[in-house]
Amino acid sequence: MSGGRMSHPLGEYLRMDRFPHIWCQGCGLGIILHAYVDALRELEYDLDKVVTISGIGCAGRASGYVNTDAFHTTHGRAIPFATGVSLSRPDLKPVIISGDGDLFAIGGNHLIHAARRNVDMLVICSNNFNYGMTGAQFGPTTPHASRSPTSPYGNIEHPFNLVSLVASAGASMVSRWTVFHVHMLRNAIKKGLRKRGFSFIEVVSPCPTGYGRLNRLGNVEMMRELRRICRIKKVHPTEATIDPDGEIVIGDFVDIERPTYNEVVESLARRAEG
Amino acid sequence: MSSEILTGSHFVHGDWACAEGAIAAGCRFYAAYPITPATEIAERMALRLPRIGGNFIQFEDELGAIASVIGASYSGVKAMTATSGPGISLMLENIGLAIMTEAPCVVVNVMRGGPSTGQPTVGSQSDVMQCRWGTHGDVEIIALVPDSVQEMFDLTVEAFNLSEEYRLPVFLLADANIGHMYEKLVIPPKRDIRIVDRKRPTISRERYQPFEADEGLVPPMANFGDGYRFYATGLTHDAMGYPDMSVEAQDQLVRRLCDKIRNNVDRISRFEEVMVDDCDVLVVAYGITARSAARAVRVAREEGIKAGLLRLISVWPFPERKIEGLASSVKGVVVSEMNYGQIVREVERAVRPTPVSFIPKLGENPPRPDEILAAIRGVEV
Repeated sequence: MSGGRMSHPLGEYLRMDRFPHIWCQGCGLGIILHAYVDALRELEYDLDKVVTISGIGCAGRASGYVNTDAFHTTHGRAIPFATGVSLSRPDLKPVIISGDGDLFAIGGNHLIHAARRNVDMLVICSNNFNYGMTGAQFGPTTPHASRSPTSPYGNIEHPFNLVSLVASAGASMVSRWTVFHVHMLRNAIKKGLRKRGFSFIEVVSPCPTGYGRLNRLGNVEMMRELRRICRIKKVHPTEATIDPDGEIVIGDFVDIERPTYNEVVESLARRAEG
Repeated sequence: MSSEILTGSHFVHGDWACAEGAIAAGCRFYAAYPITPATEIAERMALRLPRIGGNFIQFEDELGAIASVIGASYSGVKAMTATSGPGISLMLENIGLAIMTEAPCVVVNVMRGGPSTGQPTVGSQSDVMQCRWGTHGDVEIIALVPDSVQEMFDLTVEAFNLSEEYRLPVFLLADANIGHMYEKLVIPPKRDIRIVDRKRPTISRERYQPFEADEGLVPPMANFGDGYRFYATGLTHDAMGYPDMSVEAQDQLVRRLCDKIRNNVDRISRFEEVMVDDCDVLVVAYGITARSAARAVRVAREEGIKAGLLRLISVWPFPERKIEGLASSVKGVVVSEMNYGQIVREVERAVRPTPVSFIPKLGENPPRPDEILAAIRGVEV
């Protein structure tokens, strides 16, 4: 796969024949992909035991670059697809890499219900505050008053706080990191890969081509901003504020043990047979 | 209750028979959202699957249900969902994904009256074209149309077999009349039930291309976790499964997905012929409607009219050549269906210039035998 050129240290974990990737300069998705495969490497995770699944959008392409079983679903449906995998093959770990629009707008209903059921899967959500692929329209995470092609006078809506929403829906693990905080992000992914139940990691990620350009932020400036405004706090997820013009609270907010859907299904089978 | 196949005689409704047919075919994953008149299938599966090592999950909506069915299918488990017209409307995008990624699965539509919420408790046959053309893009599909509780069982097994053989979602298009009808059902012993399983790859991971097909145009299918580490996408893709936006890739893929069905119309098509050999009037019907048509044809024969019945057991792919052949020697064709004109258009196309009379039925009841008989008498012989 690596051909005759210098081999990549993570080549075993990637589909090297698929590179270069489609993402723009300054996009955070490459860092998220790197953190994911690095986590797999550090855990020496059996690559035959993980299924990488994505929805539609820029982040949706991530599943195509990873050397695991992988599936690129329709818009918003990565989570129910993963539920089918998780129930059918409980020995496999579904890992979803997708964007905020895919997971919280068109797919939002599936996300809260999968968290409520506590289905065993890890969801890595790249939050770039807009719909990147279609040209930076506002979405469910876009800050109030931000400009976008579909909010030319400023966004009249208010965004979700993703970690607060997912925690209240019942997820077992909830974290927020950024593509600037690479080591913490990788550690959170490692934790999520080992965790049983519904795990969710929001990754704040710059979109200099879309959101950044329309709101006059360059790519380097956006990374500097992440360093400047992010605060690691141990708070309740409802207090984990996310305000690109003020403060972004990052950290591991939820790590609880409760029966996973897969475990409940097993005990149901014993009761039904008995 | 914990046996997999309930061999023996039963007096049950069609939805029950469908659920047991699925289990007999090897279905071990069922996902759905409650909807009249298909809910009884979910209730039966919820009771049965946990006892035989299967999974039942009630989803938050039909979009989730069909997506999970595709995930289960790719995990190597035979999977099904059942709904009615409004649910199919919500599933259509992912039915397209299942066609594009060649995921074997079964989609049951117990048809009720539409459009929109329509008549939830009332039978109809008005989703025949929805299942054929509902999802976007060029597609070919397979749809089976049972006319009895027995066929609800038999054709559900057949739907799974066809989905595994041709790698696509197969529709069981039942009308609510059959779904809710109580009749005798005979479940045969396990050894008498033919089961088809998807073709598996025999080559190494390094050489495996997930969408490389042989002359049969159906690629062998690896499951998640088998170690093949393959990628699949709803985007137009090459043999590796990788996105390919070229003209050639689109042309090759769409042709193959359609031709694997078009090339096998004669192998896939199922129909029953009643007194067609010498007939002057050919009646074409399917589902509950065919039962009235059979009666009408018998009475017509008693009256001295040479009538015959072609009962469609599969409507898609449409058995165009079969109908064309039968119609070449008849004076007229009669079509009846519980809608305002759907399959009749396919029949008209196939038998042209033979005249076709059509009996539409909207609302609760299938056509009465005397209504079809009147149409048979009306053909100039």
